[in-house]
Amino acid sequence: MIEFHLDTHSGVAPYLQIVQQVKQALRLGLLDVNDQLPTVREVVAQIAINPNTVLKAYRELEREGLVTSRPGQGTFVQRTLAGASLASQATLRRSLVRWLHSAYEAGLDSESVLALFMSTFQDTQKEETA
Amino acid sequence: MSNALETTHLSKRYGRHWALQDCTLALPAGRVAALVGPNGAGKTTLLHLSVGLLEPTEGLVQIFGCSPLKQTTQTLPRLGFVAQDHPLYKDFTVADLLTLGRKLNPRWDDTLARARMQKLGIPLDRRAGKLSGGQQAQVALVLALAKRPDLLLLDEPLASLDPLARREFLRTLLDATVESGLTVLLSSHIIGDLERVCDYLIILSASHVQLVGDIQEITRTHKRLIGPRQDVDAIASTHTVIETSHTERQTTLLVRTNGPLFDPSWEVQEVSLEDIVLAYLGQQVTERPASLPSTRKQHGMEVVQ
Repeated sequence: MIEFHLDTHSGVAPYLQIVQQVKQALRLGLLDVNDQLPTVREVVAQIAINPNTVLKAYRELEREGLVTSRPGQGTFVQRTLAGASLASQATLRRSLVRWLHSAYEAGLDSESVLALFMSTFQDTQKEETA
Repeated sequence: MSNALETTHLSKRYGRHWALQDCTLALPAGRVAALVGPNGAGKTTLLHLSVGLLEPTEGLVQIFGCSPLKQTTQTLPRLGFVAQDHPLYKDFTVADLLTLGRKLNPRWDDTLARARMQKLGIPLDRRAGKLSGGQQAQVALVLALAKRPDLLLLDEPLASLDPLARREFLRTLLDATVESGLTVLLSSHIIGDLERVCDYLIILSASHVQLVGDIQEITRTHKRLIGPRQDVDAIASTHTVIETSHTERQTTLLVRTNGPLFDPSWEVQEVSLEDIVLAYLGQQVTERPASLPSTRKQHGMEVVQ
């Protein structure tokens, strides 16, 4: 079972934060097929959130085929996002660490590294959608 | 979908001063709605009109299609109301208050009331006046919930609570809305917590309704536009400009979009709910001073408070 948290100052809609946290857990392998998501009542009790928001998040995940709701039982994971990528993540992480070290050696500070990463990331996103 | 609360041109005048004017809105059943606005905006007046504590000067208010003033047998059992500062009979013990609730309310759920008191760790033999502020607020809420209302109205329930008590209060409130169909309308001038708690928003300012709608729809359609200094006429022809500010080289707008934005000279940013609310509250002062003589506002405030 996973726990949600809510950042009210992030500017990200609360339902989207829940969607993202479930996906993150699926990617990292924290949630697996047939695992149950917390019930709406549990989430409400835990983080004092509007139940309609939780329902909306779960509906969105269901629409994407990631979870399925079983009447009277709850919401269960139907498909994971980890798959093959989980194995290659370790390798990617190592090369990222190497890259980070060379960035620091070149004199970049943390903010410059993030800025460079984000702008490069956005450029490649644009190229892929173009 | 049916509406829990509906008002049509609802107005309330105290002497020469309008506390609420031409208020037309609908609150769909099953929502948790926030009623926001500065002090003296008419929030309490709207709530008191909705539960039949006040008679409208003009217009109509309906609870599930019935008048809270004339059809009390249909409306009162369905209504829960916690007034400002959650008043309780201070000399009554919590058990006394539960007995009172049971004797006065046909739909009273004693099991629910006792279970909630126990869960909150509130001793039944304690006098209400001896409880902490947070506990008094919780007791008032539990009494209102045990009435099993379909529409629960809360006047500034969070104002006097510390952050921890506030969170506990919201937990109890939101837990009651899970799978119950309960509609909630809570007034507040604290906007920080609202996005996690509420899914519907009513903005009231200077006796008038400024905005009503689904919160996600509101945050989706409102954008901040930043661009080189320019006239806003082009944008204003298709979208609604809520707030404008200029520097020497830059123009920043907050707009309610009525469709896609095509003009590439604007950088489009998301806006937080808090900023949207503040923009609407600020708008009244800058854009419609003519309809708002300052004396009226001040006097209205005194009368409402």
